[in-house]
Amino acid sequence: MNFTFRDKRIAGILTVLPEHEQKFADDMRNFDFPKARSLKLKQVMGYDRHRLVSAGTCASDLAVFGLRHLFEKGLLTPDGLDAMIVVTQSPDFFMPPTSNVIQGELGLKQDLFCMDITQGCAGFVVGLIQAFLMLEQESVSRVALVNVDILSRKVSTKDRNSYPLIGDAASITIVERGTDPSPIYANLKMDGTRREALMIPAGGFRLPSSPETAVPEDVGDGNFRAKDNLRMDGTAVFNFVQVEVPPMIDELLAFAAVPIDQVDWFLFHQPNKFMLQKLADKMKVPHAKMPSNVVEKFGNASGVTIPTAITLNLGERLQSESFQVCLAGFGVGLTWASMLMKMGSMRFCGMVDYPEQGDR
Amino acid sequence: MDVARPPLSMEDWEVRLNEIAEILRGIRPEFDFTLSSDFFTDGMLDSLDLVMLVSALDERYSISIEGTDIVPENFRNIGVIWALLKRCGVKS
Repeated sequence: MNFTFRDKRIAGILTVLPEHEQKFADDMRNFDFPKARSLKLKQVMGYDRHRLVSAGTCASDLAVFGLRHLFEKGLLTPDGLDAMIVVTQSPDFFMPPTSNVIQGELGLKQDLFCMDITQGCAGFVVGLIQAFLMLEQESVSRVALVNVDILSRKVSTKDRNSYPLIGDAASITIVERGTDPSPIYANLKMDGTRREALMIPAGGFRLPSSPETAVPEDVGDGNFRAKDNLRMDGTAVFNFVQVEVPPMIDELLAFAAVPIDQVDWFLFHQPNKFMLQKLADKMKVPHAKMPSNVVEKFGNASGVTIPTAITLNLGERLQSESFQVCLAGFGVGLTWASMLMKMGSMRFCGMVDYPEQGDR
Repeated sequence: MDVARPPLSMEDWEVRLNEIAEILRGIRPEFDFTLSSDFFTDGMLDSLDLVMLVSALDERYSISIEGTDIVPENFRNIGVIWALLKRCGVKS
């Protein structure tokens, strides 16, 4: 499905990272894995360190901290928001929505359209599409898109397919009407028949959590995880990305009539360095145009890796410069989505640490 | 050995066999890869090993194996690995 939006822009992005950093070298002590193989894995996949929340920290805590930071710095006014979209797979509760929790904690006005979207690694692009759709209404002139996940709390520490790469983070993206004449192009695809490639099997109504679902099981290759934990079929997900993403980008660029060499940056979701470099090679995009340094420095925080890539690699440059950027997210659902837009003239674009107070 | 042998002279095949076996031993030194016809079924490689193998082959032969080719079927024994390398442009 293709989309075209006009007169919309991203006015600012703030990434919120838990200050606790864990080293890959320490993680590997959880596994029966020779040191030489760990080092090779670190080099190829780009694992090095990741940011993780403490046991008591929830998604709304990171989001409230980030929004308060913007209010206190005078970069955003509470009454200036007309809608808030929260994209997360790790909500505070089944009910109420996390967006309402954040609204209540911050005392935001009642005239605020609060919406939760359950999405993962494609969640930044999906959230932007939803924000742009809301901005088609005259009554909506500014939307806060909150992407947040704290999935480290759902990953088995004994699962070396998932634990070393997982990260926790939030981002707040302010989306407004703009005057740049360049349209924004997007496309989106979903395939629920492959939904089991990435899932948390227990904890919903289909399979409620119980003492049995909390028991770690031997799932082969020296990995142990419970049904309460995140499960990723790494081979299936890798193959999905390599098969589906390059043609999606071809289709997007053809739809926008923009040659690939006119794109300044390819800011893609970052599961690991190897997967991104294979995508870049397939698309004949120089590795330097497709940064792959987020998972190495912070871990993979699903929908937050794209805004983290933006704030880490472009940061304050986006306050004075403008770039043609191609965004792409792919993951749970399965969902894959991309967007081509001019990005720049932001009021802010940076990162802030969330101070942890609880125990890990 | 019980591995499908591609159409190479015996001498060339031995060279390739040893080269690829050496790369595999660099990843999992505890196994003799020349004795297996399916590394995955025999528990000698897992999905992370596959990633490391692709990276090592890319580096050794100065190629980039396409992401869509990175499936266990293309890496289950030395014969199919060599067939893939040939498709990627590696000369006999």
